[in-house]
Amino acid sequence: MFRFLLPLAMAVCLALPALAQTLPEVVEASRAQIEKPSRQTVGPVIDAIASTGDPAAAALLQAWADRKLGVRKADGVFFLLEKAPEGWALTGLDGAAAGTAPTSDITDLKPNAGVRELIGAVLVQFTLTDPDPAQRTRALDAIARSPAKAQLAPLRASIEDEADPGLKARKEHLATFLTLQFGDDSATRVVAIESLAGDTALDVRAALNPLLVTSRKVAVALPQGVNIAATLTPGKDIPREAAYDLLVGAGLAPARLTLADQKAALAAHLENGAVGGVPLAELASQQLRDAAYEALEKSGQVPAAATDAEVAAALEAHVFYDQYAEPDPAVTDAARRTLASIETRVGLMTAADLGLDALSLASIYFLAAIGLAITFGVMRVINMAHGEFIMMGAYTGYVVQQMIPNYTVSILVALPLAFAVTFAAGVAMERLVIRHLYKRPLETLLATFGISIALQQIAKNIFGTQARPLTAPAWLDGALSFNDIISISYIRVAIFLLALLFLGFFLWLMKRTRLGLEVRAVTQNPAMAASMGIDPDRINMLTFGIGSGIAGIAGVAIGLFAKVTSELGSDYIVQSFMTVVVGGVGNIWGALAGAAMIGGFQKVIEWLNPSNTLAAQTYMILFIILFIQFRPRGIIALKGRAAGD
Amino acid sequence: MTTIAPARTTSLLEVSGVSVTFDGFRAINNLSFAIGPQELRAVIGPNGAGKTTFMDIVTGKTRPDEGTVVFGEVPRSLLRMSEAQIARAGVGRKFQRPTVFEDQSVSENLMLALKAARTPWRVLFWRETAKDRVRVAELAAQVGLADHLSRKAGELSHGQKQWLEIAMLLAQEPRLLLVDEPAAGMSFLEREQTTALLVELAKTRAVVVVEHDMEFIRRLNCKVTVLHEGSVLAEGSLDHVTKNPQVIEVYLGR
Amino acid sequence: MTRTFLARNPSTLWFLLVLALFTLCVTVLAEGFGIGLIPTAFVKVLGKTLCLCLVALAMDLIWGYTGILSLGHMAFFALGGYMTGMWLMYARTEEIVVQALAGSPIPPTPEEVAQGVATQIFGVVGGSDLPVVWTFAHSAFLQLPLVLIVPGVLALVFGWLAFRARVNGVYLSILTQAMTLALTLYLFQNDSGLRGNNGLSGLQNLPGLADVPQSTLSILFFLASALLLAAGYLLLAWVTSGKFGSALRAIRDDEQRLRFLGYPVEGYKLFVFTLTAMVAAVAGAFYYPQAGIINPAELAPIASIYLAVWVAIGGRGRLYGAVIGAAFVSLLSSWFTGGMAPAIPLGFYTIKWVDWWTVLLGLAFVLVTLFAPRGIGGLFDRLPSPRRHGAQLGPDDGALREKEADA
Repeated sequence: MFRFLLPLAMAVCLALPALAQTLPEVVEASRAQIEKPSRQTVGPVIDAIASTGDPAAAALLQAWADRKLGVRKADGVFFLLEKAPEGWALTGLDGAAAGTAPTSDITDLKPNAGVRELIGAVLVQFTLTDPDPAQRTRALDAIARSPAKAQLAPLRASIEDEADPGLKARKEHLATFLTLQFGDDSATRVVAIESLAGDTALDVRAALNPLLVTSRKVAVALPQGVNIAATLTPGKDIPREAAYDLLVGAGLAPARLTLADQKAALAAHLENGAVGGVPLAELASQQLRDAAYEALEKSGQVPAAATDAEVAAALEAHVFYDQYAEPDPAVTDAARRTLASIETRVGLMTAADLGLDALSLASIYFLAAIGLAITFGVMRVINMAHGEFIMMGAYTGYVVQQMIPNYTVSILVALPLAFAVTFAAGVAMERLVIRHLYKRPLETLLATFGISIALQQIAKNIFGTQARPLTAPAWLDGALSFNDIISISYIRVAIFLLALLFLGFFLWLMKRTRLGLEVRAVTQNPAMAASMGIDPDRINMLTFGIGSGIAGIAGVAIGLFAKVTSELGSDYIVQSFMTVVVGGVGNIWGALAGAAMIGGFQKVIEWLNPSNTLAAQTYMILFIILFIQFRPRGIIALKGRAAGD
Repeated sequence: MTTIAPARTTSLLEVSGVSVTFDGFRAINNLSFAIGPQELRAVIGPNGAGKTTFMDIVTGKTRPDEGTVVFGEVPRSLLRMSEAQIARAGVGRKFQRPTVFEDQSVSENLMLALKAARTPWRVLFWRETAKDRVRVAELAAQVGLADHLSRKAGELSHGQKQWLEIAMLLAQEPRLLLVDEPAAGMSFLEREQTTALLVELAKTRAVVVVEHDMEFIRRLNCKVTVLHEGSVLAEGSLDHVTKNPQVIEVYLGR
Repeated sequence: MTRTFLARNPSTLWFLLVLALFTLCVTVLAEGFGIGLIPTAFVKVLGKTLCLCLVALAMDLIWGYTGILSLGHMAFFALGGYMTGMWLMYARTEEIVVQALAGSPIPPTPEEVAQGVATQIFGVVGGSDLPVVWTFAHSAFLQLPLVLIVPGVLALVFGWLAFRARVNGVYLSILTQAMTLALTLYLFQNDSGLRGNNGLSGLQNLPGLADVPQSTLSILFFLASALLLAAGYLLLAWVTSGKFGSALRAIRDDEQRLRFLGYPVEGYKLFVFTLTAMVAAVAGAFYYPQAGIINPAELAPIASIYLAVWVAIGGRGRLYGAVIGAAFVSLLSSWFTGGMAPAIPLGFYTIKWVDWWTVLLGLAFVLVTLFAPRGIGGLFDRLPSPRRHGAQLGPDDGALREKEADA
C-alpha cells in the first residue's frame, strides 16, 4: 500500500497547481490514507486536500484534526460528525446537512497526535484570514514553527486585507522568510534575501543559515551543474587524513591499514615464533612490524595496504569540495552577502551587549569592593574577612526571607538589617582585634584571615554546605531587551543602580559630612586630629563599621543572583582587593576605574573563549599582575609624598 | 634635557636644572648645585625648601622631571641608576632620624655596611675575615662604640645610634656624604665631636650637611648654600649669605 | 668567632639531635621495620608532617626572616608534588599497560604503550593524547629535575615582575595570593593537561617496587622525609647565618636603608623567593607520594594561608619555631578532623570537632597574633638555657624597645 500511495501522493502534491483536482477527487484518491493515516506518509495527502482551493477543504481538515470526521460503513462516504442525542449528526463534505446516524453505522476516524499536528500546520493557511486576531496570531506562530511551501500563497494573499498593523508587519516578515526558501524563481528569492540585509533578529539568521548548508564531497572531476561553495586542497583546507577518509567513504580508494589492523594481521600469520621472517620479540618496533607486513604482502598472505605514495596519488587524482544543498548559486551568493552584512551589525551589537555585561560585572565588583575602599583605601586596614561580611549580608537576606514570605518586603527589610548586622560585626572586630594591630598591616592581614576562616566555618556549621536561595522579587525578574542581542537582566540593572547609589553615598559621606572630615583628618594625622578634639578610636570604629556594613548590603545584592554559600565571600575577596589595588588605593574613583577595568577585561576574555570561565579568571589575574608592573600604584595613583612609602 | 654636562674636574657632583613636581606642587625648581671632590658644604633653608627632596634626587629615591645629575671624575649620570647602584658608586646618606637595624648587633650593622661585594651570591658565600673584624672594631672605636659591639642596636641611646649610623657610613667609604641634620638630638659634647669628624672627613671626600642649627654651621666654617622654594637663593660663606637681604627675609629674619 | 658552623648555631645542633631521636623512635616502633606499635597510616601522617615542616621552614625564611608574607608557597609545594606525581603516575600506568598488552600475541611497540598510557590517564577528562607538559614524564631522569625547575622558574618570573615593580607589604601578599588563585583555576580546567579536578592519583605506588608492602614504603618515605628536613634545616640555617641572613633581616626591618647601603634589595628578595619556592617544591615532591593523591584543591589560596598560620603559631623568625608550628598544628588538626577528639555535649548542642576545629584554629590564630607574636617558639626564650653560648639567638630585651618603636 505504501509503495503505491507514496509516489501517487507525491505526484498529486507536485502536480497540484497545474491539475487542480477537486476535493472529492482527492479525498477519493487518498481514501486509505485518510482512514488510516500515518505520520510519515500522510503529509502529501493533507497538502493535496488543502491545495484544492475548495472552501470545504478547511472544514474537512478541521474536522479530521478534531476527530470529527467519519466514514459511513455502508457506502464509504465521508461525513463531518457532530455529537447528537441519537448518535452522530452528519454533514456532507459539501456542507449540506445529512441527517443523523447511530454511532454503530459510522466509523469515526481517530488520527494520532503526529498526524493531527501535520493537519494543524496545513490548516494554518485557512486561519490566516480568521476574523479573530488571536486565531491569526496562532496561525502565524504555526507557520514560523514549521514553514512549508504551501503556506506561501495563502500568506501572501492574506497580507492585503490584514487590518491589524502589527500582524500585517509580521505577515510580511514571514512571507519574506517563506519566499527566500520556497520562492518560485531565483530572482524573487534573491530579492527576499536581500531585503533582510542588516536585520539582526535571531529568526532572520535562522532563516538564512539553512540556505548555506554545505556537505563535503569528493569526485574525480568537479561536477557541473551543482552549487559549489568551495574546492578544498588536501593538507591545507582539509587534513590529508580526513580527505583520504572521504575517498574511502566514497568507495574511491581502499582503506588505509590502521595500526590495529596491521597488528591483527601479523598476529594471524604468526608462525614458529616469527612473522614474515621477523622474530616475534623484534615486533616491538613499528619499523620491523612494517617490514614483517611487507614480507607478508609479498608472499600474498595479506592484502596490499595503501602506501603513502598511493595515498598521495589518490588525493592528487580527486577533487574535494563543499557543495551547497541549495542548488541555485544566485540564492546562496545573496544569502552569503546578506549574512555577512548582518554579521557585521551583529558584531557591533554584540560589542554593545558585551559592554552592558561588563558594566554589570563591574558594578558587582565595585559593590563588593566599595566597603574595602573604605577600610583598606581610607584606613589602610587590610580586612581579609571582608568577603565573609559579604557572606553574612547574603545569609541575613536568606534568613529574612525565611521569616517574611513577601519577596519585596523581605528585600527591603534585609538591606538595612544586613547593614546593621555587618556594621555590628565590623565594629566588634575593630574593637577586639584590629585596634591592637594598627601599623602592623601584615599581622592585621593574618588576624583577619583567622577571623575569615572561623566565620566561614561557623556559617558552614549553621547553614550547611548546600547553597541557599535568595530570591529576587518578581518585578526584578526578566530582562531589559533592546533587541535580540542586546539585553540586560533587571537584577543587574538594579545592582548597577545600587553601585551608583553607593558611589554617591561614599562621596557624600567623605566630602560633605562631619564624619568624613574627621575620618580624613584621622587617617592623615591621628595625633593632630586627636589634639583637635577628634576621638580617633571612635572614628576608626565608625569608619570600619560603615565599610563592613556596606559589605553586608553588597552581600544581599550579590546573593540575589549568585547562590548563597559559605564560600560566597572568598569568591569575591581576591577580585575585590585587586579592584582596589589596580584602581589605586585610597581613592574611590580608583576603585571605580579598577572595577570597570577588571569587569571589562574579564568579559572580553570570556567572549574570546566563552567555554572556559576558569581560563578567563586565570588570564585576568595574570593580566593584573602584569598591569601592576606598569602602574604599581594603580590607575589613579596618589603621587609624591602623599603616597607614602 | 638628557645632555650630559661636560666633564669638569673641579666638581664631584653636579646637579643642573633639576625640577620635581608632586601633585602640582613644585618641590624643586630648576635647581643647580655643584660640589668638589674634597669639599665641605652646608645646605640651609626653611621647612619645605626642598632640602630632603634634593637628597632624595641625588640618592635616587626620587626621579626628577627634568635636569641632570652627574657624579664622579668620569662623569656618570645618576638618573638611570637605582638607589643601590648610586650607593655603590660612592654616595652615602645619613638620615635625619637615626636608621640602624635595631634587631641586629652593632657589629652586624657595621659588617653589613663594610665595603665589600653586595650581590646576593657573593654575600651568601662571604665569610668574615680577621681583617674585617679589625676594621669593624676600628670603626666602632672611632665613634665610641667599642664596648657595645655585641649589643643590639635597638638598645643603644639615640646619640649612640647616630654615631653607629655615621660609623656605618664610614664603613661604606663613600666619596660623597649626604648628612641630614646630624646634630639633632646630640649633646653639646657630641656636637663638638661631630663637627670635628665632618671637617676631618671633608679632607678626603665631599660632604654635604643639611642643618638647621646656625651655631653648628658656623663651627663647620664652610661654604653655605641657601635653598628656598626648591632653588638656590644664595651661596657663599656664612657671613656672606647671612647679609643677603633675601635670605634674611625668608629665613633668618623671622 | 672562628668556631664551626654548628657550634655557632647550637639550636641547629639541638634540632638535628631531636629529629634524629624522633626518627629513630618512629622507625623502631613502626610496622614496616620495627615492632609494629605505630600503624602504617600514622607513619604516613608523620612522614607527611615532616614534609610540611620543611615547607614551613621555607615560609619562615621568606616571611619570618625577609618579611615577605608570601601567600603562594603552598602553590610551589603542590607544583613540586605535581611534577613527581606525573612521573609516578606515568610509570605506574605504564606498568599496568605493559601488563595488559602482554596478553596479545605480538609484543607492544613503544608507541602503543605510550598511547595506552595516555588513554588510561586522560580517558577521565575525555582525552587520549599525552599533553605537551607530559613530554618528560616517562623518564624519572628528565622529569624529576622539573620539581626544582618549574616552581623555580615560576617563582623567578613572578618574583622578578613583582619585586622590580617594588610591590611590597600587603600588596605583595595579595599579589601572591592572586598568583596562587590563577594557578589553581588554571589547573582546575580539564585542558590544563593535568587532569583537571581529578588530579593525579595512585602516587603511593613506586614504579618497580610493586611487591614492597606499603608498610615498608611508608617507613622509607618517612626516613627520606626526615633526611630531607634535616638537609633543608641545615641549608636554611646556613643561609640565615652570617652576612646574608643579616641582610635578609635588614630587608625585613628597613629595606630602604639597606638600599642606601648599596645592596640590591630586589635581587635578594628574588633569590630568597626562588630558593624558598624550590625548597617548598622539594617538600611537596616528597609529600604527595605519601598522600597518594594530588588535585588542584591542594593549592587553593587557603592552603598557603594555613602555612602562614603554622609559622605564626610556631614562632616566626626562628627556624625551629616554624618546624614546631607546622608539626604541632598539622598533627593537632588531623587529630581533631579525624574524628578522634571527643565531642563535647552542651545539652542544647553538641560540639563536634570535625565541624568546629577550623573555628577554633581561626580564633587561636587571632589570639596568637594579638598576644603571642613570637608563637610557641617564644616559650624557649623564657627557659634559662645553659646550652646557649655567645650571642643571643632570638629577640631579647631589645625587642621590648622595638615593640615600643612599632607602636
